[in-house]
Amino acid sequence: MSRTVIIDPVTRIEGHAKISLHLDDGGRLMDARFHVVEYRGFEKFCEGHPFTEMAGITARICGICPVSHLLAAAKTGDKLLGITISPAAQKLRRLLNLAQICQSHALSFFHLSSPDFLLGWECEPARRNLFGLMAADPDLARAGIRLRQFGQQILELLGGRKIHSAWAVPGGVRSPLSDDAKAWILERLPEARATARLALERFKPLLDGPLQREQQVFGQFPSLFMGLVGPDGAWDCIDGQLRLIASDGTVLADHLEEDAYASFLAEAVEDWSYLKFPDYKPLGPAAGMYRVGPLARLNVCDRIGTPWADAELADLRARHGRVVTSSFAYHQARLVEIVACLEAIEQLVADPQLQERRVRVRGSLQCHSAVGVSEAPRGTLFHHYQVDDNGLITRVNLIIATGQNNLAMNRTVLQIAREVIPGPVAAGAEIPEALLNRVEAGIRCYDPCLSCSTHAAGQMPLRLQLVAADGQLLAERSRG
Amino acid sequence: MTTASAHDPTTVPGATAVTGSTAPAARPRLRLATAWLAGCSGCHMSFLDLDELLFVLAERVELVYSPVASDIKTYPEAVDICLVEGAVANTANLELALQLRARTALVISFGDCAVTANVPALRNLLNRDGRGGAEAVLQRSYVDLADGSGRHPHAPGLVPELLDQVWPLHAVIPVDLYLPGCPPSAERIAATLLPLLDGQRPIQAGPAMLRFG
Repeated sequence: MSRTVIIDPVTRIEGHAKISLHLDDGGRLMDARFHVVEYRGFEKFCEGHPFTEMAGITARICGICPVSHLLAAAKTGDKLLGITISPAAQKLRRLLNLAQICQSHALSFFHLSSPDFLLGWECEPARRNLFGLMAADPDLARAGIRLRQFGQQILELLGGRKIHSAWAVPGGVRSPLSDDAKAWILERLPEARATARLALERFKPLLDGPLQREQQVFGQFPSLFMGLVGPDGAWDCIDGQLRLIASDGTVLADHLEEDAYASFLAEAVEDWSYLKFPDYKPLGPAAGMYRVGPLARLNVCDRIGTPWADAELADLRARHGRVVTSSFAYHQARLVEIVACLEAIEQLVADPQLQERRVRVRGSLQCHSAVGVSEAPRGTLFHHYQVDDNGLITRVNLIIATGQNNLAMNRTVLQIAREVIPGPVAAGAEIPEALLNRVEAGIRCYDPCLSCSTHAAGQMPLRLQLVAADGQLLAERSRG
Repeated sequence: MTTASAHDPTTVPGATAVTGSTAPAARPRLRLATAWLAGCSGCHMSFLDLDELLFVLAERVELVYSPVASDIKTYPEAVDICLVEGAVANTANLELALQLRARTALVISFGDCAVTANVPALRNLLNRDGRGGAEAVLQRSYVDLADGSGRHPHAPGLVPELLDQVWPLHAVIPVDLYLPGCPPSAERIAATLLPLLDGQRPIQAGPAMLRFG
């Protein structure tokens, strides 16, 4: 194959991700790759620790979605203890996850991605960020910051701190919802709803206008989609069962047992990335490429179950069809899920059961292997622990949301690169910065949380290199 | 602030480094950077938990480099203050640490991973091969728990190699201030940054400022 990649070993970026574009002898684009370049090794160094410490350790996988790991660890612990947690604890955990999804999606939309849409692809890089948005549209920026704060504050009200709380535990949670917390949530909900409405009102006209092309080329391809759904097929983020559908809407697998994940998920390894490449095992890496996360959850569910969110889901489907295959639609999906979370939070806090005192069941070890699953903001998260008779970890496997989008992210990068580099590139040719930003934005659609699988997050610094077949570096652009 | 003297023990050298000759006001905006090495980004999330205080910060600093709030890719010259999250675990972390030290007046070890190496350093305990557990963690994830070729990622120049051992930041570069916490709360971050903007060294005493975890 006539392509070679050479990237400078001294990475001068604070980058945990890179993109490489590969050209043939004639300067034509042959391939594009998304590289994740950080690895910490949780799956090994957790061994020997008590399974009850796993929540505390694995929360440190990710500072954006520590709640996901907390919940997956707690659920895995429930199963090791053979415990069915109380209904109150179940609802409290759900509230925690809804608040997390809300804050994480607000971060993705307002802090990280909206500068692309609201300030523009061509905006100078020094200004195209949250602080640029704060200067250009302070009211919107403040609303977004306060929406993220709404979610973060609920996490603190429940768990005592915004990041890395230890509130969810095997057997339930540590404490019920307090009167003060309930009052605060109810007081701030109207503002949160108004901000969600504002974001939708600002974003949809852009989808109808200047962002139409992006919807066609930012990860527009068929794939499978996977996510949890409730027993009635409704949207769920914590207690459902796994469903896998094809892009024509066919349900390939329903009520998948998470314990059997190894029978339906494979994880491939490539030399050129620390991020593994999961696929749906029965179909293999090509046909078995699947996407997870907000768009996947909205694709696999039959409905959401609350009025405003269902109306927004109908809008999304009216634009794209029953199964939405453009990854650019992840942005709208996040806004729809914010609405779903706010409506669900409103229903939950009104439930007196959340203030019951029986929220934790104690138990002893009942089995030596268990799998827990939760829907992280970015998709389905699996924790698999094996323990000895003393409850000490002997083996851990973690299948992280962002990793499951790895095949799709690579395909998206290639699709956008082909779109913006349609013809041969002459040696030494400049790559316009706008291209850089669009390629990066293709990755940003997935809101990847590389902290989770490896390390890095958010708006990743990117370095693009054009490399000829003989290894000659044709052009290189860094942001800035 | 611009008159703060390097001889005054209460002042911080980095906080007066920028003259801001083009700034119209008497108070120039400091050049602030944030960087992350091997960590979880939680310290950066806590930085964003400053919430509306970010508007105040925006009046006082120019954020010249930050993985969460800037598209600038190359660490710039003449940075006044840098918050560095994360431990030093691979060659890329080390390069960036050295680079930012050379270009920054005041480097802050931001959070427990930078201060102690914390969770990323758990692999140091696996040291049986003289490589601080690097081989062991790679073997488990990419060989034992994968359906692959039996090799782990290795692409010189493309994928940074893990260092033999994970280090706290001060083990590889001099550090001027330590800001512990996993993560440090937004309140603690504000109580550290705001005095620095006035050229004062923050008061770091008591559990509110110094507790780990």
